[in-house]
Amino acid sequence: MHLALVGTSHHHAPVDVRERLAAGPDLLADLGSVAEAVCLATCNRTELYLAADEAAEAEAQATGTLTALAGDEVEPHLYRLQDEAAALHLFRVAAGLDSLVPGEGEILGQVRAAYEEGRVGPLLDRLFRQALHVGKRVRAETAIGESPTSVPSAAAALAQQLFGELGGRLVLVIGAGKTGEQAARSLIARGAEIAAVANRDAARAVELTGRVGGRSIPLERVEEELAGVDVVVSATSAPGFVLRREQVAPALEARRGAPLFLIDIAVPRDIDPGIDDLDDCYLYDIDDLEEVVQESLAGRRREGEAAEAMAAEEARRFGSWLASLDVVPAITQLRAHAEDIRRAELARAEGRLGRLSDADRSAVESLTSQIVNKLLHLPTVRMKEAAAGAEGVVYADAVRRLFGLDGEGVDDSSARKPRK
Amino acid sequence: LAEALFWPALLAYGEAAVAYAGNIRRPGGLGKLATWGVRIGWLVQTALLAAQAVEADGFPWGTWAGSLNLFVWLVVGVYLVWGCRPRYRLLGLAVMPLAAAVFVLSYAAGGMEGHGSDYSTLFLVGHVGLVLAGLAGLTLAAALAGLYLWQEGRLKRHRAAGLLRLGAPSLLSLDELAARVVVFAFPALTLGIAAGLARLLAEGGSVDALVAAGVATWSLYCIFLLLRYAAGWRGRRSARLVLAGFVLVASVLVLPFVHF
Repeated sequence: MHLALVGTSHHHAPVDVRERLAAGPDLLADLGSVAEAVCLATCNRTELYLAADEAAEAEAQATGTLTALAGDEVEPHLYRLQDEAAALHLFRVAAGLDSLVPGEGEILGQVRAAYEEGRVGPLLDRLFRQALHVGKRVRAETAIGESPTSVPSAAAALAQQLFGELGGRLVLVIGAGKTGEQAARSLIARGAEIAAVANRDAARAVELTGRVGGRSIPLERVEEELAGVDVVVSATSAPGFVLRREQVAPALEARRGAPLFLIDIAVPRDIDPGIDDLDDCYLYDIDDLEEVVQESLAGRRREGEAAEAMAAEEARRFGSWLASLDVVPAITQLRAHAEDIRRAELARAEGRLGRLSDADRSAVESLTSQIVNKLLHLPTVRMKEAAAGAEGVVYADAVRRLFGLDGEGVDDSSARKPRK
Repeated sequence: LAEALFWPALLAYGEAAVAYAGNIRRPGGLGKLATWGVRIGWLVQTALLAAQAVEADGFPWGTWAGSLNLFVWLVVGVYLVWGCRPRYRLLGLAVMPLAAAVFVLSYAAGGMEGHGSDYSTLFLVGHVGLVLAGLAGLTLAAALAGLYLWQEGRLKRHRAAGLLRLGAPSLLSLDELAARVVVFAFPALTLGIAAGLARLLAEGGSVDALVAAGVATWSLYCIFLLLRYAAGWRGRRSARLVLAGFVLVASVLVLPFVHF
């Protein structure tokens, strides 16, 4: 049994090719003759994982299916991998190492969905279970998925660094544009509540409060809100500062040392940088947040090295298991053959054993089983060891030939003649 | 036996201190190793203290060196309340090197010998035990306050990415936790000092430098609690006061003469 992978991703194909290949589990219907098949389709990749006796045949079928879907011109963009290399690829995908943003977590859910919707048998079941395990392990044992990768998520992560859980924390949003809304949504996703939205155009502020909650207030009333909120997000298109140091300083007394986190994602800046000098005020502008994002991405890439090692280790383990599939049937046949001989010989000795008590009969049964097991132990171990290398198939064939397991056994009637 | 148990305990504490330092460079596996070092070291030291208690005739930590041994055990024990959580591994970097150093100091000064004392066991448990429990709590509070100031400085200087990478605790939780630890440690310190002063008055002894330092420490933390809960001090001011208090805590611990 072999594993074959045919597919493409954002590393190999531009978006116009990827969108033509956008497909789901329906694609598997075209691969009806393949015993096991899973289609992993996301906005960045379409990949077919197949388990078949002949990897080349399965690859050809998968290529045919994909070119039938999107035309022959997609073929140069397709990659083809087999066995351990294919497993390593999937493990890297599940770990987020092949993603546009290293370590992103969404891919793990997509791998799970593909597995659940696929036509899985023993091989792909093992492969995808292990891939999900790798994805979880990498995220548990490295910090690859922990740091923020966008300005809004960096702002929210910094707010958490200040306040811990954001549940119940109040946010004042200044400006009703798209950027401010994104930052507000990122904070809401972590439990914060929007207290108020201040905007020059009241109608737009009301519109935004309809989507994110809170009250709509005029820009002139921002100062009054400062005593009660924890986070201020400002993203207006005003040419000058909309929040000055003189406006913030009086509110700090009423706050009695409670920290105030100010996020200025406007260009030109909305918030007077002098506010950052005030005690208990933490002001981050767009450059600060971009820097956090860049450092986070660099950190994710560093963590990626450890994650790569984990994926490679798991792929080797899968490769060994896959190779063992070549010898397992031979081992099973050999053991069954030995057991048949043992039972047959016991049956032939029935006349003499009939005089034995139940306890003695049980002892003979146990003794013969032990002899068979001991004789077969070392060959079994050696075959499993050989399976990890290229000789597994050779050993399996040799065992089948030597013990007549391939149906070409010699007449052993002479062995059945009782010895005198 | 106590002597034999000292080395594995020290090895585990030392391993924890080194692993916590390594965890700064690469958060993850080393942090787990450090946590196990703390756990194992503390269990071995527990056995060490139990062996001392069995061998000694009375309370065996009545000497300066012995009290340092008990102090280390209390500090690490209190640290373990949060120290197993990944977010508080940075705290371990402050606590474990100090614990290992004081442990060595205790050993060098004969703290593993477990001498008995002329004083009654009940008095020593009530006085030395409670004072040390209080000081252990205040040491932890100082470590939390130090961590707060370090993190606050990084956030102010806009060097926050490192904090996110390390998965450090939030500023507010450090501030709250430091104050809460003082709230729990202060009654123990109060009762311990009260027991000592009551005995001093009853026996007509004189006030020495250690007694004066103990009372000064108590007074400073009393002021801290008033400022924190009556005047609303928090954040940087609150952390600085807790750290200032630790200077007095340290003086109580290292005054190099035998008090008993």
